[in-house]
Amino acid sequence: MAKFIYNPSLEVNDITVTYNNGHTAIYDASFSLSAGTICALVGVNGSGKSTLFKSIMGFVKPVKGSVTLSGMPVLTALKQNIVSYVPQAEDVDWNFPVLVEDVVMMGRFGHMNFMRIPKKKDKLAVRDALEKVGMTEYSRRQIGELSGGQKKRVFLARSIAQEGQIILLDEPFTGVDVQTELAIMKLLKQMRDEGRLMLVATHNLGSIPDFCDHTVMLNRTILDAGKTADVFTPENLEKTFGGVLRHFTLGGDELHDDDDTRSVRVITDDERPLVLYGNKTQKSAAAKKSSTANKPDADAKITTSKAEAK
Amino acid sequence: MAELFEYLTEPMQYAFMQRALLMAILVGLVCAVFSCFLVLKGWSLMGDAVSHAVLPGIVIAYILAIPLSIGAFIGGLFCAVATGYVKDNSRLKEDAIMGIIFSGMFALGLVIYLKVQPEIHLDHILFGNILGVQAADLWETGIICAATLGLIVVRRHDLLLYCFDQAYARAIGLPVKLIHYALLVALSLTIVASLKAVGVILVIAMLIAPGAIAYLLTNRFSHMLLISSVVAVGSSVAGVFVSFYLDADTGATIILIQTFIFILAFLFAPTSGILRKKIVSQNS
Repeated sequence: MAKFIYNPSLEVNDITVTYNNGHTAIYDASFSLSAGTICALVGVNGSGKSTLFKSIMGFVKPVKGSVTLSGMPVLTALKQNIVSYVPQAEDVDWNFPVLVEDVVMMGRFGHMNFMRIPKKKDKLAVRDALEKVGMTEYSRRQIGELSGGQKKRVFLARSIAQEGQIILLDEPFTGVDVQTELAIMKLLKQMRDEGRLMLVATHNLGSIPDFCDHTVMLNRTILDAGKTADVFTPENLEKTFGGVLRHFTLGGDELHDDDDTRSVRVITDDERPLVLYGNKTQKSAAAKKSSTANKPDADAKITTSKAEAK
Repeated sequence: MAELFEYLTEPMQYAFMQRALLMAILVGLVCAVFSCFLVLKGWSLMGDAVSHAVLPGIVIAYILAIPLSIGAFIGGLFCAVATGYVKDNSRLKEDAIMGIIFSGMFALGLVIYLKVQPEIHLDHILFGNILGVQAADLWETGIICAATLGLIVVRRHDLLLYCFDQAYARAIGLPVKLIHYALLVALSLTIVASLKAVGVILVIAMLIAPGAIAYLLTNRFSHMLLISSVVAVGSSVAGVFVSFYLDADTGATIILIQTFIFILAFLFAPTSGILRKKIVSQNS
């Protein structure tokens, strides 16, 4: 584990956030995370994920409760340069006149003097970070000239160059192909093993058990939080997403002709999965009600796929 | 050759032309640097709003017998701050709020102006009077320009990060509120400094065109600052001379030249120009 001056931790103590227009985005929310964690933040759009991020970064002040980062109040912690943020792709102006290396160098600002003139160690840190995410050969590209996955890796490199210890990631997998998704997960796990704390807002439910050791379920308040193995259950997902999730259940009688009554369940958040059994497309529960079920072939297998590109 | 030399020296025999040239260069430079941030931040309309809002400030400063620049500065800053306040406390979008506040303030300025009938020409406030610039004006503008330029150039990296990724700037502990207001103060100062040269209407072009041209031509911010400055100073110098020989309004000539350069950049920019895009699409 890397040596950090402050032991990374994140504590959200019973916060309620109400905006000026009177809308209460989250209420009575509490959870805590410690060093060496990747935690998924799961919830529908409008469940308060971005509000939670904003309160962790001090953009909004809770009307009740408090957020503590490494044992410090938010503003104090931010000044220590230990918090980092990887923005959602939609929030970035990709025409902005900055090169890949310029973006990663922004991660070093907190280590530089007020003129922000890079020293040798800053340039080295940028180089190392770019190498770590495999973007060295793209360092002189303008950021808009990259693919979705490359863009993500640049912003991850910025957090690495910063030596950020508490890292907030907003939808790191949208617009990313499967290969890059795996590469990013590997990188995040590596960063976890170095003792960092990462909070990941994601719609990519299927990947959560693969790389998130903790999960926070949010729907305007914390529905459940803890180890992914305990929290990431069908019941909790039902609670978190209400009727919004797309369900797909493929019953035992449609799969085979024996007495095994177990069924295959596919649950997805924003996109509808394409489920094939044999060569026949399977319809989701809602669609099935209005039409007769297809009779699948005997020697078939099930594939799920998610539309990757947005 | 000697003829060309004469073309350049003849206008400079007049002290008012010398002052006009110096003024145009100063204003061009500070507007150019600032315009890069305005264009990237999407604050062009903010420039428009603040420049109109200085009118009531000037008129009220005249009534109170305080320096007009101070009144102009307060008027401009009030508009920017009021816009932010209304935005935070209503459901309206920023452009609508700005439209109401700056036109309201401009109208207020006009009404008071006609009531008070001050000695300053309305034309000079609206369109500038660069040929009438006095030495004291040059000093004032020079000091404001130096202060604004110094602030922007020294802090340009933080300002750029603020424009690019406010959330990250916040995460690494930069004082984003302070940066926000520093930019607004610098914007108001820049407009006040440019008033005597180009007036409240034309200053908007000075604050947008150079940055917009540079943005079309490069992918690096450092180059953008450089190109923007060269374009603005070049247009200023050319505008002063051309207007002398055409007997045209100097401020308007400078802006026409900038507009012409913008059209050239739009057509011929190496990667984003429409000509290049046409060639690329034909080859593919």
